[in-house]
Amino acid sequence: MGKTSIETRSLNLFYGDFQALTDINLTIPANEVTALIGPSGCGKSTLLRVFNRMNDLIAGVRVSGRVLFGGKDIYASDADLLRLREKVGMVFQRPNPFPLSVRENIVFGLAVHGLAPRQEYDRIVEESLRSVLLWDDLKDKLHHSALKLSLEQQQRLCIARVLPLKPSVLLMDEPCSALDPIATLHIEELMQKLKKEYTIVIVTHNMQQAARASDHTGFMYLGKLIEFGATARIFTKPGQELTENYISGRFG
Amino acid sequence: MNPRLAQKIAHAVMLTATLLVVLPVLVILVIIVAKGASAISWDFLFSMPRDGMTAGGIFPAILGTLYLVLGAILFAVPLGVLAAVYLVEYSSDNWFSRLVKLSIVNLAGVPSVVYGLFGLGIFVTFFRFGASILSGSLTLGIMILPVIITSAREALESVPRHFRVVSLSLGASRWQTIRHSVLPHALPGILTGMILGLGRAAGETAPILFTVAAFYLPRLPHSVFDQTMALPYHLYVISTQVPGIAENVRYGTALVLLSLVLLLNLAAILVRSRFRGKKKW
Repeated sequence: MGKTSIETRSLNLFYGDFQALTDINLTIPANEVTALIGPSGCGKSTLLRVFNRMNDLIAGVRVSGRVLFGGKDIYASDADLLRLREKVGMVFQRPNPFPLSVRENIVFGLAVHGLAPRQEYDRIVEESLRSVLLWDDLKDKLHHSALKLSLEQQQRLCIARVLPLKPSVLLMDEPCSALDPIATLHIEELMQKLKKEYTIVIVTHNMQQAARASDHTGFMYLGKLIEFGATARIFTKPGQELTENYISGRFG
Repeated sequence: MNPRLAQKIAHAVMLTATLLVVLPVLVILVIIVAKGASAISWDFLFSMPRDGMTAGGIFPAILGTLYLVLGAILFAVPLGVLAAVYLVEYSSDNWFSRLVKLSIVNLAGVPSVVYGLFGLGIFVTFFRFGASILSGSLTLGIMILPVIITSAREALESVPRHFRVVSLSLGASRWQTIRHSVLPHALPGILTGMILGLGRAAGETAPILFTVAAFYLPRLPHSVFDQTMALPYHLYVISTQVPGIAENVRYGTALVLLSLVLLLNLAAILVRSRFRGKKKW
């Protein structure tokens, strides 16, 4: 295992009185794909949203323990939340481009943050679309509405929308659940390409997807991280009975 | 009863009710146009009244109404939109925001003459603005605030939640999120409310009665501290207070006022339908 991207230490998370995450200790390696699996309500999406602090949007959330990103605790009182979300991008379950043109979707983050002069936009749009393998399809449709694209293209665009901010981590929350099997495979291939430049954490319901597309897998159950390790090992020789029961489909 | 017969009767009753609702509108329109159209001319619209308002035009009243409406909008739109943004985007559902929402609903139900008296007490007397365009605009502005706030709130609430979530996840601050991914999509709705408010402000008489409206002024207003004539009040004056005014002048004035308000409402409808056509989420 190479460099570490994100690390949690004794992480607990509460929604009011309900404890959603219990004592999570997890190390996410840089430039690899890490999958979080587990039955509905196990806390895998909550854990994903810890990494860019999107849980902050929910009233009554409390977090204890430490979450280190680049060596700094992202929950420290002096942490820069906006900077964190630039560096840790997120792709959501449903493709959700803004009802703007393809180009406007991609430059949205740049425009908000004033990250690059306008002359750079063309180059950045092309780069971002090339990264998600959409350039050839969309280079003549940059001013078309993003909502007219196919769902797969929309989801690729949502990935491309994050890239101009030069993140180091991409969080993907069941990114293929709205897509058909072919499109799902395409996105998985894309993840393999993107992991050279980005650390990817993906939450998925689909165990085949975790097995196919990830390097490391964490299995969660009732808010606890039951097991974490290389995907090949988790799926062939799970160390815990719970993990084995889940991946063999005995519950879930 | 035979269900087919019952159906026929029900249909007839409801159709009649609908026609009865539309009828007054048509009758008013027809009478005003028939009796007033002959008064409308370039001179009528763009010249000063003469001979104790029995001749000449109604230009100062038209201009005065435009000033008042503009002033009301300048005051009410920023205030109302900012309040709506606060209510929708920042405040949580607590006793304070509920109280504010309740007051807005109540504000909408206050009779317009009460706004007039309020404006007289606050702007004319207390702030010593006197009977002036400023006092009248502020009074009209307060009167249309509920329309502006309510429509702005609806427009903001109709922007899907994921626009905000995505924007925040891209590292935008709350204000940047509102500025870049909420307000642009709410703008047409806000505009619609603004135009409806405009129409309402243009037509009301009671709020301007004590705060700005002049019976007759030989010259146009020079500053916001001047009184002005205004269409609704002028109509009242020439219809009831001044004898010997030709019928077509009175109906012509009504026609101008009516057209102004209808035009504004039509504009609101056009903006809204364009918005509906473009809305794709």
